[in-house]
Amino acid sequence: MSTTSTPDATLSGSEAEATRKVGPLLVMPSVIVLLAWMIVPLVMTLWFSFQYYNLVDPTTRGFAGIDNYAYLVTDPDFWVSLENTLILLVAVLVITVGLGTLLAVVFNLPFPGRNIARVLAISPFFVMPTVSALIWKNLLMHPIYGVFGALASTLGLPPVDWFAQFPLAAVIAIVSWEWLPFALLILLTAVQSLDHEQREAARMDGAGPLAQFFFITLPHLSRAIGVVIMIETIFLLTVFAEIFVTTSGGPGNATTNLAFLIYARALLQYDIGGASAGGVVAIVLANIVAFFLVRSIARRLEV
Amino acid sequence: MRATPLQRLLSFIFGWGAALLLFFPIAWMVLTSFKSERDATSPGLFFAPSLDSYRDVFARADYLSFALNSVVISVGGTVLALLFAIPAAYAMAFHPTHRTRGTLLWMLSTKMLPPVGVLVPIYLLFRTAGLLDSRSGLVMIYALMNLPIVVWMLFTFYKEVPNEILEAGRMDGAKTAGEVWFLLLPLTLPGVASTGLLSLILCWNEAFWSLNLTSAGAAPLTAFIASFSSPEGLFFAKLSAASTMAVAPILVFGWFSQRQLVQGLTFGAVK
Repeated sequence: MSTTSTPDATLSGSEAEATRKVGPLLVMPSVIVLLAWMIVPLVMTLWFSFQYYNLVDPTTRGFAGIDNYAYLVTDPDFWVSLENTLILLVAVLVITVGLGTLLAVVFNLPFPGRNIARVLAISPFFVMPTVSALIWKNLLMHPIYGVFGALASTLGLPPVDWFAQFPLAAVIAIVSWEWLPFALLILLTAVQSLDHEQREAARMDGAGPLAQFFFITLPHLSRAIGVVIMIETIFLLTVFAEIFVTTSGGPGNATTNLAFLIYARALLQYDIGGASAGGVVAIVLANIVAFFLVRSIARRLEV
Repeated sequence: MRATPLQRLLSFIFGWGAALLLFFPIAWMVLTSFKSERDATSPGLFFAPSLDSYRDVFARADYLSFALNSVVISVGGTVLALLFAIPAAYAMAFHPTHRTRGTLLWMLSTKMLPPVGVLVPIYLLFRTAGLLDSRSGLVMIYALMNLPIVVWMLFTFYKEVPNEILEAGRMDGAKTAGEVWFLLLPLTLPGVASTGLLSLILCWNEAFWSLNLTSAGAAPLTAFIASFSSPEGLFFAKLSAASTMAVAPILVFGWFSQRQLVQGLTFGAVK
């Protein structure tokens, strides 16, 4: 409880009365619209997931029991999509948190032009996903016209057709490029709040840079790293635009993640029931992460 | 902090190395946007710069309508979210009750609902209500999508206003509405501005709902850029010119709001 947050105690009786009435009235509109925004689609998704419902085939409608789920778990595409979702998630997390931590330490040290370098480094985060994906796919990764291909041929290597040979790795590269600045930005803020005296004391006691990093910086960062991992997980579980504009889930189902599978079921095959069952799986997955994220934020919240 | 010359040299090399590598795709995009289509397909540094690609993109009569859609939808979504959030954040920061903490955390948890999980019902509801491919539909979605973040950020800023100032205002007879309008808003204007800025950035770059709920009429720039993905339409220079124009304004906004961004994106969990 902070000192500025108990105004009611200093108010006279009638004013306190007034704020008791006004307060909830001001919060109510936000609560109501958010409640509707959450509950209505959630209930509908659950409902549809137990229904036979295809937009192009109006003859078959009705209660489906667990058929949609049964179909989902027997569909090899579903398991591939879960696997792809997981690979994408873990790979991007390892790359962004690993490099992000190192870069945060580097950008905390004084060097000429640091502020400009930092601004350049975090820029990719502000690029819209469709632009990131198409720039990488066409200008950088194109086997004939791209920069990587040109570099490879300068070195005498055969050019790589990234989206044909390593499609998932190509998507991972793009998504990592978008999220590394986020990790860097958050972790840099956390590094900067590190107590200098503590580091100074460690240095005096003869701790080298590596020891300082592993025994002081890293433990200090653990909380921030946890937050970065959880927030990124929420977004990475449902990466969509990058896949939509580069591979459309292909070749075959090589880059189909859960989000793209649900999209394809719903808006390409018009299978509302099946897509909803997939949606429920996505919601459950996200909620497992959300539980831990909300708990760790709650610990920090002072009202 | 003191650093040895070696540390300085290493951090200079690694810091600038990383910065240049990370920025390279953006720089290359800007460079390519000034090439002709013929030059754009050969990754050379030397070429005769031209504005042809920009001219071509503008010549597509609909470019301006996509840009306008982006502006209207982002600003609309942000203003709508602020209208709902300002009173709520004010009440929770200055007149907290035993429910405030729970309400804040619950609002945060609504942000955790993956959009793809509710794609089907939202699409069907929009179809029924005639909101598919409409700006007002996206404005609503974006406002709701950002409302929890906006409330949280405003709440954080309001908490930093010393209560004595409001007390003095009340002594002078300011009512709640006047208190918000004449005291709080001017005091927290920087906070409201950076909250709005973050919301604008998030709306501008949003590419799930805009791709799924719009086709032509209300499609913003994210969807316009996506239309370059067809294999028949590989025009590198025009793609780069259109992308540069779509990214530039928000990149500048982003540079100015890095600090507040951390607070907004982590819900105050990292300081």
